[in-house]
Amino acid sequence: MSCQSKDIKMANDATRVDTAGVDKAGFDPQRRSFLGAAAAAAGITLAPGVMLYGITKSSPAKARAPGAAASSDVRWGMLIDLGSCDSGCDDCVTACATENGLGGHGRPATDAQWIRKVELKDQHTGNSKSLPVMCMHCEEPPCVDVCPTGASFKRADGIVLVDKHICIGCRYCMIACPYKARSFVHEVLEDQKPHAPRGKGTVESCTLCVHRIDSDQQPACVEACTDTGGGAMLFGDLNNPESEISKRVATYASQQIRDDLGLNPGIRYRNL
Amino acid sequence: MKRVIYSEISGNSSQFYMLVALLGAFVLSALGAAYYMEHHGHFVTGMNNQIVWGMPHVFAIFLIVAASGALNVASIGTVFGKTIYKPLGRLSGLLAIALLVGGLIVLVLDLGRPDRLIVAMTNYNFKSIFAWNIFLYVGFIGIVAAYLWLQMERRLNHFVKTAGLVAFLWRLILTTGTGSIFGFIVAREAWDSAIMAPLFIMMSFSFGLAIYILVLLAACRGSGRDIGDVVIQKMGRLLGVFVGAVLYFTTVQHLASLYATGHAGVERFILVDGGIYTLLFWVGQVFIGGLLPLVLIFRPQKTTGQSSNRSVIMASIAVILGGFAQVYVIVIGGQAYPLNLFPGMEVSSSFADGAITNYAPSLPEIGLGLGGIALAGLIVLFGIKLLRMLPTTLSNAAIDPHHNVGAASRGDS
Repeated sequence: MSCQSKDIKMANDATRVDTAGVDKAGFDPQRRSFLGAAAAAAGITLAPGVMLYGITKSSPAKARAPGAAASSDVRWGMLIDLGSCDSGCDDCVTACATENGLGGHGRPATDAQWIRKVELKDQHTGNSKSLPVMCMHCEEPPCVDVCPTGASFKRADGIVLVDKHICIGCRYCMIACPYKARSFVHEVLEDQKPHAPRGKGTVESCTLCVHRIDSDQQPACVEACTDTGGGAMLFGDLNNPESEISKRVATYASQQIRDDLGLNPGIRYRNL
Repeated sequence: MKRVIYSEISGNSSQFYMLVALLGAFVLSALGAAYYMEHHGHFVTGMNNQIVWGMPHVFAIFLIVAASGALNVASIGTVFGKTIYKPLGRLSGLLAIALLVGGLIVLVLDLGRPDRLIVAMTNYNFKSIFAWNIFLYVGFIGIVAAYLWLQMERRLNHFVKTAGLVAFLWRLILTTGTGSIFGFIVAREAWDSAIMAPLFIMMSFSFGLAIYILVLLAACRGSGRDIGDVVIQKMGRLLGVFVGAVLYFTTVQHLASLYATGHAGVERFILVDGGIYTLLFWVGQVFIGGLLPLVLIFRPQKTTGQSSNRSVIMASIAVILGGFAQVYVIVIGGQAYPLNLFPGMEVSSSFADGAITNYAPSLPEIGLGLGGIALAGLIVLFGIKLLRMLPTTLSNAAIDPHHNVGAASRGDS
């Protein structure tokens, strides 16, 4: 057996052990960290496409390997705790605009907004709340259903995106989105960010900072909320039972906006 | 019934050329408006991120809905065997194609990227009702063109009934598709209803026939052909039935919506306190587009001939104006009312959450829409000038074998 195939076998063993029974009684932590390290080393030599998610404890939701296709083994999502989201704070909104080059033209009705802060007040009790709303990255996205050309699409890992090359700007997705998450580019754009290409006459929305996710970073809004905001946003892989987000949604009650529509959004809220 | 003779209009008069020039000017200004909107971006229009479909969509949907209805006149003749309608079939097919092309051109020129039309023709998502509609529209033009040709080629006349049936079924599916563009949208409370499809079908019957009556009268009078009151009165009474059916479906639409407590807000907006939308609903759609034509058509009349024809003409104009108001209320009013993301909550944000959105159509949008109507007019004008679309006479005596000569001479002009 060649050296490389030995590595692959070890990596496969490691993956199987790790995903099959991480917290089983009698599991040797030293053996696990050895196997994790071995798997990480093996990963470098693996062919593209082999998923390494969940192998190491320190990063339970790693990015896909360069050149590898997104996998449905992963479902990226977010948990937003309204208990930690202040009404006056819009750090997530600012971070999104900076990250994605959403400068705006000083025309609120037509400028793009990928994420917005919504203020709620209960009509009967007067109780008020504040929360960020963006593309919900639905499992069953209506925008994808109605798009005539297939420009609106859902990546295998649950991120809903617009292919700017085949969007004809019909705006039917904006009509169909129950969350009003999409914006139409109403005028000429300048100073675009290379990682977030946009186009006049096409529709766009939150990409969940797909470029950051693919390079193993958190979305800009989540990072800003953690660094300078209330720490209300948690990002991670909803399919990985070991991820922090999965543990939290399993432990605490969380809600989805308009869950009556049965779209299963990837963005969930606590204390809504 | 005598053999019907069709002929081209001469189209050499100064009025003809003036009409062509006028319609041409509207088409050119529509192209200019489209270029202006595409060059600067849609921020120069009244549309925004809340009202994403504006005035061009109102024109386009009105024309597309009317197009399928304009074909009904031909269907009544060939599919349902009403001989009096048979001489009217060719113009019906031509008008249907013209209105559809006019509507589609407005729709395409209002796209964010009209230059990508080829993308829409080569990339399909078959789960999208929009994608189905591309096939339904293109198919409609092809089927109606074939139907027209079979009507005009006397050697192939025996295929007309089959072609007419296919065209009739196709147009029903087409309007179902157009209505379902709205009816399938679960997120919009004003639209989310299966009744949108039959409502749109009835609207098409009504709008299409109203336009047909006016076009037929204008074409006959402009080319100096006889047209008796028998055919006009018959179409007028049919129009009255269609108008009543539209009112009926509209009533059911709102009653069903009112019954669902969750829809009380949007119903209150359209029916009671929606400002321009409430005004357009009651005055435009219900009174001008519904009650007025019913009174004009069905009120007891002692006179026949010209004065009763005038009632049908007035009713047709009222149906078109009211129909336009109806499409405006559905398309714009349905978007102006905010999406309900958080039931039971007062909502505010920087993105107009919870707020009624104002929409004021801009000049380029109206110009683009009028250009679609003008293009449809040009297609009809060139169609009747180049092809044998119009019967040489539609006088009472020619069209109705049982008509007595005395009445014919009184009714004709």
